[in-house]
Amino acid sequence: MYETTYHRPSSVDEAAALSARDAEAKYLAGGHTLIPVMKQRLASPTAVIDIGRIPALIGVEVSGDMLTIKAATTYFDIMNSADVKKSIPAIAHLTSVLGDPQVRARGTIGGSIANNDPAADFPAAVLALGATVKTNKRSIAANDFFKGLFTTALNDGELITAISFPVPAKAGYSKMRHPASRFALTGVFVAQMKNGDVRVAATGASQNGVMRVPGIETALKANWSASALENVKISPNGLIADIHGSAEYRANLIKVMAQRALG
Amino acid sequence: MGVEGIGARVTRKEDKRFVTGKGKYVDDVRVHGMTYAHFVRSPHAHAKVKGIDISEAMKKTGVVAVLTGKEIVEDKIGNLICGWMIHSKDGSPMKMGAWPAMAPETVRFVGQAVAVVIGETRNQARDGADAVIVDYEELPAAASIKAAIAPGAPQLHPEAPGNVVYDWAIGDEKATSDAFAKAAHKVSFELTNNRLVPNAMEPRAAIAEYDEAEEHFTLHTTSQNPHVARLVLSAFYGVAQEHKLRVIAPDVGGGFGSKIFIYPEEMVALWASKKVNRPVKWTSDRTEAFLTDAHGRDHVSKAEMAFDANHKMLGLRVKTHANFGAYMSLFSSSVPTYLYATLLSGQYNIPAIYAEVMGVYTNTTPVDAYRGAGRPEASYLLERLIETAARQFKIDPAELRRKNFITSFPHQTPVIMAYDTGDFNASLDAALKEIDYAGFPARKAKAKSEGKLRGIGLSCYIEACGIAPSKAVGSLGAGVGLWESAEVRVNPVGTIEILTGSHSHGQGHETTFAQVVADRLGISINQVSIVHGDTDKVQFGMGTYGSRSGAVGISAIVKAMEKMEAKAKKIAAHHLEASEQDIVIENGEFKVTGTDKAMALANVALSAYTAHNLPDGMEPGLKESAFYDPSNFTFPAGSYICEVEVDAGTGKTTFINFVAADDFGRLINPMIVEGQVHGGIAQGIGQALLEGAVYDDSGQLVTASYMDYAMPRADDLPSFKLQHTTTLCPGNPLGIKGCGEAGAIGSSAAVINAITDAIGNNKLEMPATPDRVWHAIQARA
Repeated sequence: MYETTYHRPSSVDEAAALSARDAEAKYLAGGHTLIPVMKQRLASPTAVIDIGRIPALIGVEVSGDMLTIKAATTYFDIMNSADVKKSIPAIAHLTSVLGDPQVRARGTIGGSIANNDPAADFPAAVLALGATVKTNKRSIAANDFFKGLFTTALNDGELITAISFPVPAKAGYSKMRHPASRFALTGVFVAQMKNGDVRVAATGASQNGVMRVPGIETALKANWSASALENVKISPNGLIADIHGSAEYRANLIKVMAQRALG
Repeated sequence: MGVEGIGARVTRKEDKRFVTGKGKYVDDVRVHGMTYAHFVRSPHAHAKVKGIDISEAMKKTGVVAVLTGKEIVEDKIGNLICGWMIHSKDGSPMKMGAWPAMAPETVRFVGQAVAVVIGETRNQARDGADAVIVDYEELPAAASIKAAIAPGAPQLHPEAPGNVVYDWAIGDEKATSDAFAKAAHKVSFELTNNRLVPNAMEPRAAIAEYDEAEEHFTLHTTSQNPHVARLVLSAFYGVAQEHKLRVIAPDVGGGFGSKIFIYPEEMVALWASKKVNRPVKWTSDRTEAFLTDAHGRDHVSKAEMAFDANHKMLGLRVKTHANFGAYMSLFSSSVPTYLYATLLSGQYNIPAIYAEVMGVYTNTTPVDAYRGAGRPEASYLLERLIETAARQFKIDPAELRRKNFITSFPHQTPVIMAYDTGDFNASLDAALKEIDYAGFPARKAKAKSEGKLRGIGLSCYIEACGIAPSKAVGSLGAGVGLWESAEVRVNPVGTIEILTGSHSHGQGHETTFAQVVADRLGISINQVSIVHGDTDKVQFGMGTYGSRSGAVGISAIVKAMEKMEAKAKKIAAHHLEASEQDIVIENGEFKVTGTDKAMALANVALSAYTAHNLPDGMEPGLKESAFYDPSNFTFPAGSYICEVEVDAGTGKTTFINFVAADDFGRLINPMIVEGQVHGGIAQGIGQALLEGAVYDDSGQLVTASYMDYAMPRADDLPSFKLQHTTTLCPGNPLGIKGCGEAGAIGSSAAVINAITDAIGNNKLEMPATPDRVWHAIQARA
């Protein structure tokens, strides 16, 4: 790791001001992505701005049909939140299969979606539920937020403050864990919204990062059951192929994980 | 056995320091004036080094020196050696290219060192290394066996045309051909034994100190055999003279074979400590460990077996290609030959065997001994072949094995080994009973009714341990003897120090060796200290690998104890006015048998050192030493059975049950033995399901971190059910066979046999990842 300067702002405005002063500074939340690449000397930010202890960025709120998880809330706190378990238990389940206890104790929802790792779990929930990503500048719909591998709609210095999830009628998440990293080899989040819409998102599968799965959405909208997916064909085109899984295998996993996500 | 004697489940003495963080590992050593080494490594699998520009690096703050392969050559430092000569079929010696510690002209694998930067701090050394500019001219690479032996393949070393190190064979080719000619049934099979990265918890490290006034070196290093390290560093590399070099291997956090070898980095640290006249420390990071620790396995084989009409084995023919990587590591040449092909008879009476092994250079990390070293490869090949045969013949795989078991001993196999003893039916029976083999068909049917794929797989392994009778291995090309030494020092107050040439890096010697001494004298293990891992303390030793510390290391201790006890009995007899033949040792006392006359060990010891009243002509003191050279290998054997369920939707394997029935001969501490078996099975399951080093065609290691190299974790593993059946090894005083590698040797075939049984497709390679298993299920359908 190269020398860097560490900042611990106490407010979002202070964090944004620090970022605005230094184009080479990086926000630091759980640090699971940034710290390893800094140790490998692949990243050398002039400063790290630790947003993990800003009170306004931590916590869970439920208001009507909306669950809001603030950006620096850890997976562990999300997993154990009574509000999350009650309103969208699929999100609590997702955090319970995310990483290991050490990862859950440090990692944050905001860090996960800002990084947009193609095998991260949370982008699937955000996209499937049609959540809204709130930043210190604006609100961004999930459909517009994820822009491909490690790429999002965020501008330089823009900071996620919270993610608001509409509470669905039904939802579930199922994941095949990567044998080495324990990220999602493929994970599928299924949601039936209260207006009857069905949204399904897969992570770990596509070369372009998290994606909707229209074939499964159509089938589930007609019949919310595992058997409805038996004859759905998922194309392997555009899916990731590596030593841990071929594109055909991942295509199969999208269907199988969707079936299992139905519970 | 007593509460702390042989056979007692004594908790480990060494664990207090390990579990409280008080262990002292090489990286914990800090000395005054210490500098840090950081290596500049090749990013290419094959390239000419056209030039190295160190000028910018030398300007960096805190850089003490930048040293390259050129200085290594100028200082006449020797190339790395391979210590076991193998001759090809045509009688020619193996063909080896030179392996300089830092490449002066050509790099042949990603991660090979070309220069080292010595800095005041770790970060400054790294800054310096980042500033070294190496001008490479890339060459085409051969990153696999297939690529290396293809016509027109890139040549690694001019000394080895076609990248062939040797083309070796064992057994009787004609007798084997004749067996196939008269066979009623034949089975053939092709398989790969996947390359593994050892991944000891503690990465390699060294701290070298040079004392200019004494012209003396001290090297703390992560070694399984510090005396061998000293011998090689002095006699072959010429870095220091043997009597001017102290090698200390303190607490070492796992080796699995990878810390047998004397690597470039440790040698360069030692050499550099004199060049800069400052202590030099180097600690591998995990990426360096992936790139430079000797890998294991990596075979591609074709095997055929001939049977008569009654399914009795007639012959076995094997053709194996073994990947050595870019250079021949210390014991690499012996692994796919004398540690592999000599075990191809397994537990079976096979009248004729012929095995050919071609050793091949590739542009990959060197490959050498890794837990089991050759024997897992033999066991995996044979046990998959037999399972395949049973399926082809539609007979019970347990029965096919039983029909061909060796049942009388000693048994001379057609591939050198002479098995001394064993009871293969006993271990198979124990395993079958423990797993309820008879009930399996019903369990499989029930699982099927629930839409699940259940399978069972057997593996009956044998291995050769207690490495090794020196004369025998010498005749096969080994460059060293493989005896062990021990010294017993009884202090004047009766406490005991045992100095051993074995080295503990997780095995629990401080407990088990003390138990042997406590058992003989009837004292507490707390009166006994085990001293190891320091060439200034222990005179010589061959170290720990090949499950040798019990069978060879403890035997040396027993031999030294016998000498010490004989002298002590003379002293006691003298004081007790009895005949030494009448002296027995009980509860820490030397007693005159049949009387109440006794002399405590402490008094005997004190008498030996005061020397006021010793038998006429006796030297003072109570210290004896011994060298023990085994008369044969030992042959641990056993049966492993695994029951799995495969998820047809994802290809994921779940363990239902895993049974291991082993015959290790005498157990000193069953708890420690079980720990060894657990760890071994974890590594065997790791190989079967998870682990595999993968190179791309250009020679880049794709699996160079834990993000892609899947190490087994606790939740990947079942709770193991262990059984022991016992036949004592007749070749050593306590009847010990050894237990360190069995788990890794016996388990992988059982796992794959179970999965292939479950999915109904025998075509499956390791690691059997969910992806591969799912594809195998689709291929069946």
